[in-house]
Amino acid sequence: MALKERDEFSGQVTTGHEWNGIKELNTPVPRLLWVFLSTMGLFAIGWTIMMPSWPGVSGYFRGLLGADQHEAVQQSLVEAEAERSIWSERLASEDLATLAADQSIMTAVRQTGPALFGDNCAGCHGYSATGNAGYPNIAEAPMMWGGDADTIAETIRIGINANHPETRYGQMLAFGRDQMLGSAEISALADYLVSMQGEKFLTPEENAAAQTLFADNCAGCHGEDARGMVETGAPNLTDAHWTYGDDRATIRQSIYNGRQGTMPAWEGRLSTAQIRLLALYVMDLRGDIP
Amino acid sequence: MFSDFSRDERTFAFIILGGLVVAGLAMAIAGRGDILGTHGWMVFGLSLIALFGAIRQADRPEPSPERLLEYYDAPTRVGLVLTLIWGVIGMAAGFWVAALLAWPDMTFDVAWLSWGRLRPIHTSGVIFGFGGNALIATSFHVLQRTTRARLPDALSPWFVLLGYNLFCIIAASGYLMGLTQSKEYAEPEWYADIWLVVVWVVYFAIYMRTLARRKEPHIYVANWYYMAFILVVAILHIVNNLAVPVSFGSAKSYSLFAGVQDAMTQWWYGHNAVAFFLTAGFLGMMYYYLPKRANRPIFSYRMSIISFWGITFMYMWAGSHHLHYTALPHWVQTLGMAFSVVLLVPSWASAGNALLTLNGAWHKVRDDAVLRFMALAAIFYGITTFEGSFMAIRAVNSLSHYTDWTIGHVHAGALGWVAMITFGSLYSLVPSMFKRERIYSNTLVEVHFWLALAGTVIYVFAMWNSGVIQGLMWRTYDESGTLTYSFLDSLEAMHPYYIVRAFGGLLFLLGALTALFNVIMTIRMPAKVQPDTGMDLPAEPALQAGE
Repeated sequence: MALKERDEFSGQVTTGHEWNGIKELNTPVPRLLWVFLSTMGLFAIGWTIMMPSWPGVSGYFRGLLGADQHEAVQQSLVEAEAERSIWSERLASEDLATLAADQSIMTAVRQTGPALFGDNCAGCHGYSATGNAGYPNIAEAPMMWGGDADTIAETIRIGINANHPETRYGQMLAFGRDQMLGSAEISALADYLVSMQGEKFLTPEENAAAQTLFADNCAGCHGEDARGMVETGAPNLTDAHWTYGDDRATIRQSIYNGRQGTMPAWEGRLSTAQIRLLALYVMDLRGDIP
Repeated sequence: MFSDFSRDERTFAFIILGGLVVAGLAMAIAGRGDILGTHGWMVFGLSLIALFGAIRQADRPEPSPERLLEYYDAPTRVGLVLTLIWGVIGMAAGFWVAALLAWPDMTFDVAWLSWGRLRPIHTSGVIFGFGGNALIATSFHVLQRTTRARLPDALSPWFVLLGYNLFCIIAASGYLMGLTQSKEYAEPEWYADIWLVVVWVVYFAIYMRTLARRKEPHIYVANWYYMAFILVVAILHIVNNLAVPVSFGSAKSYSLFAGVQDAMTQWWYGHNAVAFFLTAGFLGMMYYYLPKRANRPIFSYRMSIISFWGITFMYMWAGSHHLHYTALPHWVQTLGMAFSVVLLVPSWASAGNALLTLNGAWHKVRDDAVLRFMALAAIFYGITTFEGSFMAIRAVNSLSHYTDWTIGHVHAGALGWVAMITFGSLYSLVPSMFKRERIYSNTLVEVHFWLALAGTVIYVFAMWNSGVIQGLMWRTYDESGTLTYSFLDSLEAMHPYYIVRAFGGLLFLLGALTALFNVIMTIRMPAKVQPDTGMDLPAEPALQAGE
C-alpha cells in the first residue's frame, strides 16, 4: 500500500499514504514559508520584549519601552483637558452674557455643541432639538422654565422632576382620575383649548362656562391668559407648541390623567463648562444669540 | 433508522428515549411557571413522539449482517438535509436582523421579534445549526472513508446527530422566549449546556472507536482537524459555561466568573470557537473534499503538519485580542496580539496548501462550480486570516474595535470561508450519498455560486466602509479639542451601508434556498441504475455490532 510514486504534474514524490484515493505529495516546505514564520516570530518576540508581556509569579515583565495603558489614558486625558482649557475654563466661570458675545467662545460652542447635544440630549429632544412626542421642542417653543441662558443652564444642571435635591418640580394634576373635574367639564376645557387654536367654534355660553372652569382650575399654574408661567413650569396653551399633542383626544387625556415629564439632572454627569456650553448652544439654536 | 439497529441497540434506544421522557417531565414539573418548564414539556413531547415511533418499529426484523460490508451513511444523509434547513433558518434570521438595523421599527412591539432575541437565532442558527450539522454529517463520511472502517455502531451516530439538533432547538426556542446567559455564542442556559456535553462525549467516542478500528496505517489530516475540533470545543464549552443555576427549577444561572476574568474566559471561548469550530472543523472538510474533487494529491504533507500544529497551538492564546484597551491587564493584551500575528503563518500555509493542491486542476476550477466554491473558500480563508491578524494589532484594533469592521471581518470568514467550503463539500457529497447519478441541476449550482460570491462581496465591502467611517467618526476632533461627531451622526452615516448589507445578505440567503431546492430535487431523482462497483466500501467485513 505504501507505494511512493512521482506526481507527473509537480514532479514531487508522494508520501505513499493513500486514503480513499487522496494522496499527499512530500513537497518540502517552501523556503518562503520559513522566512515568513521567522519574521513573524521575531516580530512577536521583539514586541513582547518591548511591551508589558510575560507573566511571572508576583508580577509581569514591564517591557523595555515602559508602556502602560493606564498611564497612557491618564496622560491623554490631561492633554485633552489642557487643549480644551482655553475655552472650558472661561465657560465654567465667566458670565454667560459676556461669553455669548465672545466670538471665540461661540466658535467653540458651535463646534462642540452638536456632538455634546447629539450624545446627551437628542435621544429625547431630537436630533435638531425640535422635540418628540412627550419631549418639548426646545429649538422653537417658549421655554417652560425660562429661556435666558442662566435659567437654561440651571434646568440642565438640576433637571425637572429628577433625582436631584434642587430639581425643578412640576406636575400637571390628574383632574379626571383624581375626580376634581367631571367628564363633561374636562370635555368643555378640551374644547376651549382647541378653540383657542381656531380649530373649533364655541358658542358664547360654552366659551364663558369654559373660561370659568379654566380660571378656577388651570389659571393657577398656566396663568389667567393661559400663556404659561415660568415659575410653575406650566406651558403656554395658546401657541402651536404642544409637548404631548394638540389634538382634542390627547389634550383631554392630559387633563384627565395629568402629566409629569422628567428631565434628568446633568450635574455630575456633565461638567459645569459642558452644561453652560449646552445652554449657550441651545440659545444659539433658538436664534437668541446675535 | 430504527431498522438499522440491532436488538441491543434497540434496547438502548428505548432506554435513552425513556430517560429523556422522564427527564423532560422532571424539568416540566420542577420548572413549572418558568422557561425551564416550557423546555421540559418540549423535551417530553419530542422524546415521547420518538419513543412511540420507535415502539411501532420495534418488531422490524434485525438488519442483515451484510450491512456491515458497507459504510453507514444514513446519519450523514439526514445531517446534510438538516444542514440546509438550519442554513436557511439562520440566514433568514440574519437577513431579518440586518433589515432591523436599517429599519428598526420592524419589531412591531412584539417581544420575540426584537433584535436582541432574533440575533442569537441568527448566530446560533448559522454557526451551530448550519455549521455544526455540516461538520457532524461530513465528519462521519470522511472518518469512514479515510479509515476504511464502518462507524462502530448505528445508535451512537444517531444519538449525536439528533441529540445535537435537540440542543439547537432548545437554544433557539429559549432565545425567542428571552432566555440567554448573555455570553456571545454561548447563550444557551445550563441544562442545554449539560446536554451538549453528553452529546459531545459520545461524538468524540465515535471518532476514537472508529479510528481504533482503522484499516489505514496513517490517520489522514482531515481527521486531525475534526478531532481537534471535537476535543477543543468540548474543553471550551465546559469551561466557559461553568455556572450555578438559581435552583434546579429555574432556567437562570450565574456564571462562575465575574468581571474581567469573565470577559477573558468568554473571549478565550469566543475566539477559539472561531478557531476550532469555524476553522479547524472546516479545514478538515476542505482537506478531504477539495483534493477529492480536484483529483489532485495534497500539495505538501509537511505543510499540513506545520499548519495543523501552528493553528492548534497559536489560536489558544489569541483570544485576548478581543479585549484590547479594556480593563484586561496590558500584558495579556500584548501576548494575545503577539500570538495572533504569528498565527497568520500557519493560516496562510493552510490556505496555500489548499490552493497549491489545485495546481494541475485549475481548468476544473473554471468549469466546475462545486470545486470553485472550495477554491474560493480557500481564498477567503486567506483573506480573512490576514485581516484577523491585522485587526489583532493593538493600534489597528483601536480603530476597528466596536465598529462594523468586525462584523465585516466575521462575515468574510463565515460567508466566504465557512459557508462556501460547506456548500462545495455538500454539492460534491449529495449525489453519492443519495446514490444519484449527479446533482439535479449544475446550472443552479452555478447560480448559487454567483449569488454567494456577490452576496459576500457586497456584504463585506458595505461593512468595511461602514466600519472604517464609524471608527474615524468616533475619533475625529475639531480645533476646540472636542469630538466632531455625535454617536447619532455615525448612525446616520452607517444607514445606507446597512441597507446595502441587508441586500448582500439577501443574495446569500437566496443562494442557500437555491441549494435547498437543488438538493431536494436531487433526492427526488430516480436512484442510480448501476449499483456501486465496490469502490466505496470498507476494507473488509467489519466486526459484528456489539463486538
